[in-house]
Amino acid sequence: MRTDIVIVGGGPAGLAAAIAAAKEDATLSILILERDHELGGILNQCIHNGFGLHTFNEELTGPEYAERFEQQLSGLNIQYMLDTMVLDVSSGLVTAVNSAKGVFEVECGAVVLCMGCRERPRGALNIPGLRPAGVFTAGTAQRLVNIEGYMPGKEVVILGSGDIGLIMARRMTLEGAKVKAVCELMPYSGGLKRNIVQCLDDFDIPLLLSHTVIDIKGKERVNSVVIAEVDANSKPIPGTEQEITCDTLLLSCGLIPENELSRAADIKIDPATNGPVVNESFETSVPGIFACGNVLHVHDLVDYVSEESGRAGKSAARFVKNSLTSDSQSISIRKGNGVRYTVPSTVRVNNLEDDLIIRFRSTGVFKDAYVDVLFDGEQKLHRRKQIITPGEMEQVILKREDLAQCPAEITVKITEAGADSSTCAEG
Amino acid sequence: MDTKELTCINCPMGCRITVEMEGEEIISINGNTCKRGETYARTEVTAPVRTVTTTIKVIGGAADRVSCKTKEPVPKGKIFEVMDAINKASCSAPVKIGDVLIEDCAGTGVAIVATKAVLQA
Repeated sequence: MRTDIVIVGGGPAGLAAAIAAAKEDATLSILILERDHELGGILNQCIHNGFGLHTFNEELTGPEYAERFEQQLSGLNIQYMLDTMVLDVSSGLVTAVNSAKGVFEVECGAVVLCMGCRERPRGALNIPGLRPAGVFTAGTAQRLVNIEGYMPGKEVVILGSGDIGLIMARRMTLEGAKVKAVCELMPYSGGLKRNIVQCLDDFDIPLLLSHTVIDIKGKERVNSVVIAEVDANSKPIPGTEQEITCDTLLLSCGLIPENELSRAADIKIDPATNGPVVNESFETSVPGIFACGNVLHVHDLVDYVSEESGRAGKSAARFVKNSLTSDSQSISIRKGNGVRYTVPSTVRVNNLEDDLIIRFRSTGVFKDAYVDVLFDGEQKLHRRKQIITPGEMEQVILKREDLAQCPAEITVKITEAGADSSTCAEG
Repeated sequence: MDTKELTCINCPMGCRITVEMEGEEIISINGNTCKRGETYARTEVTAPVRTVTTTIKVIGGAADRVSCKTKEPVPKGKIFEVMDAINKASCSAPVKIGDVLIEDCAGTGVAIVATKAVLQA
């Protein structure tokens, strides 16, 4: 088989990348390979609303948001194969398997990685205790309740206050379960404020910050968990232990981009995002392989996934048409004070068709702060933010004409307004 | 006099807003750092509404349940009555996005609509 562009994954990133690539050049053939039995990815189980505020200016549920993109496929030169698992990716060749064709190869001009992310499971969290039934990741519980129609339990404790955990606190409550507490290891929640209010406060579910689960009890099924307060080093404080009777523990402790295929393809991975290192065109360290969506870095809003993936899909189309240049000077983007990562991490100015969007997350909570962008140490942008938290992705937009000055290095950093200017001046 | 404590949802600041009420009348709003917080607090204490999203049983479909939502937000105090009515109801496949599954849910005057398509089995 041969196609111009292979898209690995038919969730929100894959759909947006495919559509944008097809719109960039209608003569290109595009193939989406999806392992599930339907397109839409995780949106199918995210039945709550709040999607699409930026893209469609209305509040949609997950399945409705996916449908808006799926509708566009039929009018474009896009094919898709469901129940199909990609086994291997390299520049120009994708190997996949399904039960109809067996193992097969697809030769292609470019690949866009859109595999999304997975939840951190119990095994990755080092929670002591027994191994009874009743411990689920929040996303597994979400699938059971919303798609399969099963309730995973009646009395629930949730560890981690990421958005999926908060959404599931409300969902379980609506379906008649008692959610006794949401414990968060950090002194702040990683979830959106709106979710804390509408999923916890609305139902009087306590959010216990700086708390963690230190024991799981129960032989066949969970019958209680022991929680404790933690100190500044995340160590449990003796004497603060509290046993909570429950039959279910849900884990919402972070998401990890699913990059097994990327690693096998020797794509360079950024340890801060666990996703590929990409340039302005969302191209990874392997030419012709692009990445976008949650496989690149975990997003809080699907609208940003769609927007970013659209740019990645367009770039893949330009790559196939040989209109991306790889010889132009590359600017590196440096993480300054308070910045945990940036996407992209390098910029080839000649490939920019529009202004450059740099997305980043902070290392902690900053109040009354400034986001600064420096070109070779010289301040280019100085923007005040009332608050910056690691739970909400930030962005700065740099004008294409400003970038034409071609600095060697761009630095993004955060300074708190109260900080002494002499100590935060750089260069 | 009554005081209500709210967390503003307009931005990540999450201002703690205190609203003082005399019966139905708002006496004062404090703690917000911008105008949006005041507007939010005013609606929240007088007539808070929420969109309820859940699933409903499907008969004869390729899937056993279909996701649905209240077409308009419903009063916050009615959420559990709405859930109860939806859990007692069912619909028949095929279902299209936007199909009205319940006309007037739990006396709210608000319809329940499908948010996903389900084909016949």
